Amino acid sequence: MELIVSIISGVCLLAGSFLVLSGVIGVIRFPDFYTRIHAAGVTETLAASLILIGLMLIAGWGIVLLKLILILLLVLFTSPTASHALGKAAWKSGLKPTNLKQRNEDRN
Amino acid sequence: MLFSIYGLISASFFMSMDAVDVAFTEAAVGAGVSPLLMLATLASVGRYQKKPTDPEIPKVALLLVIITGILLIIGTLDMPAFGAADAPAHQHVAPRYIKESPEEIGIPNMVTSVLASYRAYDTLGEVVVIFTAGIGVLSLLNFRRRRRNIHLIDDIIAIDEHKILRIVSKILIPPILIFGLYVQFHGDFGPGGGFQAGVIFAAAIILYVLFFGVKYAHQVVNQTFVRVFSAIGVLLYGSVGVVSLLNGKNFLDYHVLAENPTTAQHIGILVIELGVGITVACVMILIFFSFIENIEKVIQELRK
Repeated sequence: MELIVSIISGVCLLAGSFLVLSGVIGVIRFPDFYTRIHAAGVTETLAASLILIGLMLIAGWGIVLLKLILILLLVLFTSPTASHALGKAAWKSGLKPTNLKQRNEDRN
Repeated sequence: MLFSIYGLISASFFMSMDAVDVAFTEAAVGAGVSPLLMLATLASVGRYQKKPTDPEIPKVALLLVIITGILLIIGTLDMPAFGAADAPAHQHVAPRYIKESPEEIGIPNMVTSVLASYRAYDTLGEVVVIFTAGIGVLSLLNFRRRRRNIHLIDDIIAIDEHKILRIVSKILIPPILIFGLYVQFHGDFGPGGGFQAGVIFAAAIILYVLFFGVKYAHQVVNQTFVRVFSAIGVLLYGSVGVVSLLNGKNFLDYHVLAENPTTAQHIGILVIELGVGITVACVMILIFFSFIENIEKVIQELRK
């Protein structure tokens, strides 16, 4: 039983770490602001949740588990809100998404 | 933005050096409140620098800064090398705190017992410094108190309806306030204490101002109340010291507060941490409101 739990937790941690990595690559590689916050925001919420769930599984019953649940709730509330606020602020200040098709045609 | 990241990173390395209390403070102050105040400053000073009226003033300021910097560097020359094992602090001060503070003070968090009991005098100085900073900001930014009921910032906030942000902040602000209280009163047992709690409390109020506007915030947080309480926190701290003076002991000697020495220490630490918390929270809120008022003044001038 313990083995199964630690395997599941390991899988969750690995998946979470992979998502963080892919989010970072997205932030660096994507062409404009909106796609970048898309990469960061979407992966971050899931990645943080996965890592926290992985930690919860090995934490066992106790105060640590409760604290991890509280952190998970906080992340679930704040991270999408932060992405939303960023996107809205950019849109209000007049940043338009890059038209990739247009840009490629201009290059060629 | 960079300040915030710097604050977060230094909080992490304090954490990995096992200085949890310092990391907590850095996360709350460095990553949370100080970038906010920095942004408020940027908003109120405007984008371009004005020409100084007297060309000599910047030179004098530069000279002063250089002299102060040289003095500080000279001061550090006498200090032992960073992390040196034979530094005086590691010879007898730290071992004594580590060995005897569980019996003498009787609280698990040694940092709190050093901060609030052995070094209570230094901490009083820190609280007075924070209070002085609050007074300084007030006297620089709005010495004359203007009674205005128009809040230009509110108009700007009202234009974009931050519905999602408002709902999320409504969900988040009460837990933040409760967490502030937890940090305040749990400082004896875990990382935390008055400084951190005060900043967390102030951050919740600042969040409220940002999303709901100054008008409502003034209704929630009375300005006069904040001004009076920023002084009352320091007063509370100092009066603990005066109580022990009047009972014939040293300043801030807690043993007069109760029969049992560890109970006396507990009471003393609780009261002075409360004083610290009140002052820090009120001064932070005060500074933020002054900044907001100043920004409104700038907006008003721009519209003319």
